Amino acid sequence: MVDNLNAWLDSALQTLLFIAGAPLLAGWIKRLKCHLQNRAAPSLFQPYRDLVKLFAKDVVLAEHASWLFRAAPYIVFGAMVLSAAVVPLVAVPLPASAIADVIVLAGFFALARFFQALAGMDIGTAFGGMGASREMTVASLAEPAMLMAVFTLTMTASTTNLSIAIRHILAAGLVLRPSFLFALLSLAMVTVAETGHIPVDNPATHLELTMLHEAMVLEYSARHLALMEWASMIKLMIYAVLISNIFLPWGIASRFTVAAITVGTLAVTAKLALLSVLLALWETVLAKMRLFRVPQFLGFAFLLALLGVLTHVILETAV
Amino acid sequence: MMLAYAAVVAALLSGAVAMAADRFPPALRIGSFSLLGVSGAAALGAGILALLSDSRSRAQLPFGLPWLSWHLRLDPLSGLFMAMVGISVIAVSLYGPGYVREFERGVHTPHHAPSDGAPQPAVHHSLAALGLFTGLFVAGMLAVLLADDAFVFMIAWEIMSVSSYLLVVYQHHNSTSRQAAFIYLLLAHAGALVILLAFGVLAGSAGSFTFAAMRTAHLSPVWASVAFALALIGFGMKAGIVPLHVWLPEAHPAAPSHISALMSGVMIKVAIYGLIRFVFDLLGTPQWSWGLATLTIGTATALLAVLYAVQQNDFKRLLAYSSVENVGIIFMGLGLGMIFIATGHPTIGAVALLAALYHCLNHSVFKTLLFLGAGAVLYRTHERDLDRLGGLIRRMPHTALFMLIGCLAISGLPPLNGFVSEWLTLQAALQVSVLSSGVLRSIIPVAAALLALTTAIVTATFVKAYGVAFLGQARTRHVAHAREVSIGMRAAMALLALLCVALGVVPTLVIRLINPVTRNLLHLGPAGATVRGWLWLTPVSPHVASYSAPLVVAAMASTLLLAYVLLHLRRRATRRSQPWDCGFGGLNARMQYTSTAFSQPLRRVFAPVWRTEEQVSLPAGSADQASGMRHQLHITDWSWPALYQPVGHLVLVAARRVGRIQTGSIRVYLAYSFFTLLLLLWLIT
Repeated sequence: MVDNLNAWLDSALQTLLFIAGAPLLAGWIKRLKCHLQNRAAPSLFQPYRDLVKLFAKDVVLAEHASWLFRAAPYIVFGAMVLSAAVVPLVAVPLPASAIADVIVLAGFFALARFFQALAGMDIGTAFGGMGASREMTVASLAEPAMLMAVFTLTMTASTTNLSIAIRHILAAGLVLRPSFLFALLSLAMVTVAETGHIPVDNPATHLELTMLHEAMVLEYSARHLALMEWASMIKLMIYAVLISNIFLPWGIASRFTVAAITVGTLAVTAKLALLSVLLALWETVLAKMRLFRVPQFLGFAFLLALLGVLTHVILETAV
Repeated sequence: MMLAYAAVVAALLSGAVAMAADRFPPALRIGSFSLLGVSGAAALGAGILALLSDSRSRAQLPFGLPWLSWHLRLDPLSGLFMAMVGISVIAVSLYGPGYVREFERGVHTPHHAPSDGAPQPAVHHSLAALGLFTGLFVAGMLAVLLADDAFVFMIAWEIMSVSSYLLVVYQHHNSTSRQAAFIYLLLAHAGALVILLAFGVLAGSAGSFTFAAMRTAHLSPVWASVAFALALIGFGMKAGIVPLHVWLPEAHPAAPSHISALMSGVMIKVAIYGLIRFVFDLLGTPQWSWGLATLTIGTATALLAVLYAVQQNDFKRLLAYSSVENVGIIFMGLGLGMIFIATGHPTIGAVALLAALYHCLNHSVFKTLLFLGAGAVLYRTHERDLDRLGGLIRRMPHTALFMLIGCLAISGLPPLNGFVSEWLTLQAALQVSVLSSGVLRSIIPVAAALLALTTAIVTATFVKAYGVAFLGQARTRHVAHAREVSIGMRAAMALLALLCVALGVVPTLVIRLINPVTRNLLHLGPAGATVRGWLWLTPVSPHVASYSAPLVVAAMASTLLLAYVLLHLRRRATRRSQPWDCGFGGLNARMQYTSTAFSQPLRRVFAPVWRTEEQVSLPAGSADQASGMRHQLHITDWSWPALYQPVGHLVLVAARRVGRIQTGSIRVYLAYSFFTLLLLLWLIT
């Protein structure tokens, strides 16, 4: 029982670490990008400062905003916090993973997106509707691709519980699985699309032709905006952690000793830092895609993920 | 069993009472609908009792043919579907009295004929007909569920079909209603004929029309497959599988909204009940090829129907297409069930079957809710066209809230009920590695991928429907002045919305209730979906997958509360101001994204799926590019020109040929009769 309690405590701490660390990751990526593009970089902690500033401000609401518009940021943020709670960050026996498996995780993302899109449509401006329409189009292709990519993992480990699945991979040691290669590529492409990065979206601009995510949150201000922004940072972090802990689970703590957890924290920090370098490079060398090229990009991701699952089913399971 | 009788009788009585409604309108509002409510409550009670007691009660009634009295039976399977009918009927009986006022006043016909904008004359609708056929319709559905021989089954089936046809054609002043109803009648009878043939195959080898005899009959695999194929087509036609679905999006929206709710919410389920009864109960052990066929059809149905749904601008048509899509998901569950059972993995098969049954229950709740909500909008605004609605969340706050819950549920979002059944279906599909056949092992993951794609597009569909109808600003004047509907109508929606939440939050209790059904059908021990107590849903084993909806809700609620409290520690002012208009000023309702605009990106992505005719023209003489431009868009289903028009053409040609023997002279006809008689005598002897 004490052990159990410890595990749940650890679960809660991991979630807090997750939420608190998300802006840091966003700041790190921004800094890297600036360096790569020969721009003066903001501080690593700039996202925290932005959040604090937004939280302190007074809310300005549009005239026709309904209760749904005001409730949406809380729901979006809540869904992201719950998602963060079920993804193992530094230690593996994560009891919270049993509450919600990967399919529920995709469900949480969908829930957040649903409310974000509705909030975009609530004011009745063209921007909001456009953002909602585009976001839902992109998501309707990205979400199944993400699920399929993760299914490769869950079928390998024959469980959809993330914590158990990662332990399974850790126990199996270094095995070359072709299916994982497909899944990794696909998940990386989905990450780029779902978290609003080049070539799918560019949150840094406010230009009608390029906006996806930004168009939906255009009318938000102060704490509502802060919650929305924070939620999208957490989402980026979740995807990054999924990639690093599924495909490179080594270093993650499997016991609750101080040493193991320190190693786990360092390992995941190093992995995320490295992944961010790749993302920043990718964003620097690629140009933004036309909106109607995006479905092809995501269709490719979907097919890759499907290939991953099929490769696993056909090649890697003993009959 | 007594309760079940009471349900049927109350439904019939409600029809009978309604006969007086033309002279005395309150008869329908008060008498008929309260009897319908009694019928619903009795059906729900009978269903739940049958599920709880896990028993079978039979009865024989001395009606019908001299050599075949009516066999009735109430077992957990019929009990489950009876409970579904009960829930929807209760909601409709609460909703109906408010909704039929419109027909009572006879002021408006809901004008949705797109072409004529002219005000239509006030038309009187017969309230008696509405009440009578509603009663018959409900009684027919309940009788189908009770039937224990093919004879009763077919009679009840026909009562259900014909009375629902008469309800579809109820607004017969509208030519689209008439046309929809005719197509419905045609296909319903083609379907019934095929079902009759399927029963014929079984009865032929059983030597009797009773289900009890059919259960023990042994068919050769070929004949069993023939019977299965006939049943799949026959029941599938009623349930609306692609490409036999065309009648559904025409007929369901044409009926009055509470009838649409019953048709989409429950009648489709009765067809699925028929298929489950036929395949899992009467035919014996399924073959894996049947499962594959069902799975393939289900996947195609789900994906194509949702792609059609997302392009609809008519609220009720959109909902009807979405019903087709949900039938597809249910068929996927059934197909997976058949595959796993046929290959000797009954416990996983039970999970898939459970998923299908759960989804039936869920769909009957949320689709009834959504149709009632669309009906409420129609009642107040006389608009079904999404592009003319908008901003209703401020005018009809309660309806908007209930509809939001319905949209969340149907989009399969946690923690509501739609998610649970889709989760179970995916879990069953993920167990594919126990199968040894390579074909199945590669097809099932593809089906799972397409299910994920379907769910994602469903979310887009309902974001569009809800966002355009309820959010933003009103696009027409009378929508801007809409009022909230009566308390009874709201109560009906509230009840269903509450059920959506309850079925989603405590899935384990629901599954315990459904478990006797799968146990009886598959002859299994108690299922392990709830081994870790009511908090945890663990379909295969706790190690493989678990989901705890109560904890999700608790965690979600506490996070929301915490965030809200932390952010409101200090009281701060909230200012209202104009939305950002890019500095041009004067935002108006016409600048909003419309339903057509919302689905445009998806239209481009999946272009080949639809038959799209799009025209942009600038009328000659108008110099003003911005205001003179006309845009026309017609999106139609491919299955019309590809399947139905050739068949219809063939039938016409054949009819013309046959028409030649019709001379109009009675002597020739008598000669025909004589020779036919001779031929038949020769054939028999």
